[in-house]
Amino acid sequence: MKRHTWLLVSLLGINLLSAQECDKTLSGRVIDFHDGAPLEGATITFNNRTIVTDASGRYSITGLCATAYAFTVSHEKCNSQVVTLDVGKTSSKDFSLEHHLNELEEVKVSGVNNTKTTSAQEETIGSDIIEKYGSASLGDALREITGVSSLNTGSTIVKPIIQGLSGSRVLIMNNGVRMQDMEWGDEHAPNVDINTAGNVTVVKGASALQYGGDAIGGVIIMEPRKVPAKDTLFGKTRLSGAVNGRGGSVSSELIKGYKNGWFFKVQGTLKRFGDLETPDYVLSNTGVFEKGASLSFGVNKFTHGWDAYYSFFDNEIGVLATSHIGNVDDLINAINEQQPAIIRDFTYKIDNPKQEVTHHLGRLRYFKRFEELGKWNTQYDFQYNKRFEFDIRRTEERTKLPSIDLELKTHTLTSDFSFDSNPDFLWNVGVLFRYQNNFADPGTKVRRLIPDYDKYDAGVFITGEYGVTNDIIMDAGIRYDYNRMDAKKFYLKTRWDERGYDMDFSDLIIEDFNTQWLTNPVFDYHSVSGTTGIQYTFKEDYEFRFNYALAQRAPNPSELFSDGLHHSAARIELGDLRIDQETSHKIAVTAQKNTEKWGWEIAPYANFINDYILLEPVGLELSIRGAFPVWEYRQTNVRLLGVDAKLYANWHQNWRTDHSFSMVKGKENEKDVALINIPAPTFDNSITYSNKNWFGFNISLESQYFFRQNEYPPNIPVFSPQQNENVLLEINTPPDAYHLLNADTSMEFSLGERNKLKVGLTINNILNTSYRNYLNRQRYFADDLGRNFLLRLSINY
Amino acid sequence: MNTRKLLSTLIVGGILFASCSNDDDNPAPINEGELITTMKISLVDGSDTVTLTVKDEDGEEGPAKPVIDISGNLKANTRYSGSVELLNESETPAELINEEIEAEADEHQFFYETSAALNITTAYTDKESDYKKEDGTSFTTTNPVGLTFTVTTTDAGTGTFTVTLKHEPNKAAEGVAEGNISNAGGNTDITQSFDITVQ
Repeated sequence: MKRHTWLLVSLLGINLLSAQECDKTLSGRVIDFHDGAPLEGATITFNNRTIVTDASGRYSITGLCATAYAFTVSHEKCNSQVVTLDVGKTSSKDFSLEHHLNELEEVKVSGVNNTKTTSAQEETIGSDIIEKYGSASLGDALREITGVSSLNTGSTIVKPIIQGLSGSRVLIMNNGVRMQDMEWGDEHAPNVDINTAGNVTVVKGASALQYGGDAIGGVIIMEPRKVPAKDTLFGKTRLSGAVNGRGGSVSSELIKGYKNGWFFKVQGTLKRFGDLETPDYVLSNTGVFEKGASLSFGVNKFTHGWDAYYSFFDNEIGVLATSHIGNVDDLINAINEQQPAIIRDFTYKIDNPKQEVTHHLGRLRYFKRFEELGKWNTQYDFQYNKRFEFDIRRTEERTKLPSIDLELKTHTLTSDFSFDSNPDFLWNVGVLFRYQNNFADPGTKVRRLIPDYDKYDAGVFITGEYGVTNDIIMDAGIRYDYNRMDAKKFYLKTRWDERGYDMDFSDLIIEDFNTQWLTNPVFDYHSVSGTTGIQYTFKEDYEFRFNYALAQRAPNPSELFSDGLHHSAARIELGDLRIDQETSHKIAVTAQKNTEKWGWEIAPYANFINDYILLEPVGLELSIRGAFPVWEYRQTNVRLLGVDAKLYANWHQNWRTDHSFSMVKGKENEKDVALINIPAPTFDNSITYSNKNWFGFNISLESQYFFRQNEYPPNIPVFSPQQNENVLLEINTPPDAYHLLNADTSMEFSLGERNKLKVGLTINNILNTSYRNYLNRQRYFADDLGRNFLLRLSINY
Repeated sequence: MNTRKLLSTLIVGGILFASCSNDDDNPAPINEGELITTMKISLVDGSDTVTLTVKDEDGEEGPAKPVIDISGNLKANTRYSGSVELLNESETPAELINEEIEAEADEHQFFYETSAALNITTAYTDKESDYKKEDGTSFTTTNPVGLTFTVTTTDAGTGTFTVTLKHEPNKAAEGVAEGNISNAGGNTDITQSFDITVQ
């Protein structure tokens, strides 16, 4: 590689010999590839000239001719990179280098693009934030990103929402593998350990087509820390403890790298919390016990490489005892009471109702680089997801049996080729094949909520990125996906007729079981998605991005087949076999300015979704056990309009403030009625004091204001058997606005030459405010978390 | 490692994996063991029996509404002895659920509520120690269960008579042992109101 570089440099250098007017200037900055921090003392070398960057990473080269140069950009602790630029066409350029020696994988050959997409809205969180949330979950950490909120079931089951959309509309890439972990359920959190990630990027929308075409909400990309191709052994251990929940986590990682490209990596996490607490009472049965481990090894050379990765994740999560209710009267009582019916003493013990999920993920990957052509990647992955849900049932014997026992197995084969020999014109083509099998164990003695099914997927995509000039990059892509769903589903005959399936789907019946039909629905879906956009950099510090994305998503098994009482939610959920794909058209614009002193970003978007699938309460069904609220899936045309905005200012070398605001409005087009579960606007402000000379001292105070969601669908009138009259079930009424104050401080100490100790303390909800969040499914039953002190230690060695 | 070898292993492995986990057997139906389709309340005064029946053919899961049948009116100023029968009639022969309640008598309790206009009082006539646990031994505790009870009518009137079976109620809470449901908590296994007339 090095030899080629020098050859290239000298060849290009020869260009200089031709007589031209040489009065051009090139200026810009050299920044850290990972976090954009300026790199002081970086060198830019060409034709035997060397320029060094100043304290703010800036450089300026004068006396250049209007021709192409090959600049070698280097910095201590970084691998050098060579960038070819035509000085005749451009006068400013920022170079980014891989600064963290620990995290080098390979030299990135292009100059500027270190984002996942060129034109879409996206944001990345790095190891600092991940460390802060080491004892929490992925969904908690992602809320640091403007426009990302979460749908919670309590505080431990956290599903990310991207610009108002969640669940199957948000795709999670864990170490290159698309998570298949029953993401269809509101109370199913992603089965990932955040401690395995080195950084996490959120692409807000379906613009990252290489990962999937159905990411109407967006894509969450978790990437591991990279291993350098050098002889090294390093690791990291993080310990954290929290007062609220009286628990903590320990996570450790050890990495061994060799110069010849071999590497080994082993990581493990253990997390345990007891019952959490609000300012006034214990949230009984809200403990968690999480275990995670991962192992990887392989060879990573510049020209080729392969690796094997395996990870294991197991989580036992208690579900708030008082949220287990019997029927609509219990729900009405709970909403009116405003105080949990069950408050017990603190305990670590996790009782029913609870969830127990296990996720195994195995991956084999191979890549090869072809000279002057590009890089070929092929990957096979296998995932095994097991979910148990335990409920309180009529007898103790039955309480020992899970109410839900699902086993989801997924095999995926993907292959793609990225053509990157021409830095102005990059393109990527790829294919995907996937087979998935779901098995619902009848041992539960409860009718299956999700049926047994086989699912087959195939996809093909092509994306391209074209550098029109050094300031303008355009991108475009198109993807086709085929899905086949082949299910074996039992329907109660009464339900079958009530849904009107006897008229439309009688050909699906394959067997008669007295009170039930066995049916075999087989559905095919053809989805097309596409994206196009432009990125324009101007006046050095400004960037403008525009993106349009078309995405189609086939319905998930829950939307199609749900039928019956969801015990953990005490509601009857009804899918619909007639549900078809939803289609989203999203336009997103980003304008931003970034300087050392200050910067801002404003990112409005409009998402028009045809045949949007939503689940909402529609009424009641009477039974011998009382009346249950019925939640039905239906499709309608909707629009989501929103804006994410942020601003930062470095007032002084030690003082910085950050401000962010996000808002989204979701409405049905025809009826102009608000959509359910749309996040309320939030307004965040923080002030930070940092002083590198005091052991990297850092202290910040954050104020978070959560507005009340004033736009929500109407409540439903229901008949209360207990009160023997119609009452308004305030199932949609959002709780009041609230304000939280948080603080965080950290310091760093060197322990010898290579070891580093970082100590941090976070205080959440300093004022011990009682509040409820609209997007917490347990808001009917109890307050949210009270004050919490978290102490964390992180040791690098 | 030889590149080509690795790749072919990957691809062949993938196809094998994908093809062998496929099986075409039909899944077994689940007949919900927990299902209670029918509750029959018998109120007996000598040779005169009034029955209040509710039947929900598809249980809590299904859309069918519970069907109520009341065999007749109650007489004024009469003391009836009452009993409850719980059945799962989706199975043939119908399964009697009472045994399950009896075996966990300490975790279940029936509540009988009447609207004021009805002029009726109810009282429990059983206690946990009347029933045997699954292991054959009797309970030692004496809280009421409510599988048997009395209904005493006074003047004529009409109103609702509501029967509720609670699972894991707080039997120690105030008034619960006397049949007051308001402090009972727990989960509702059955609840049904009957419009009855005393004449």
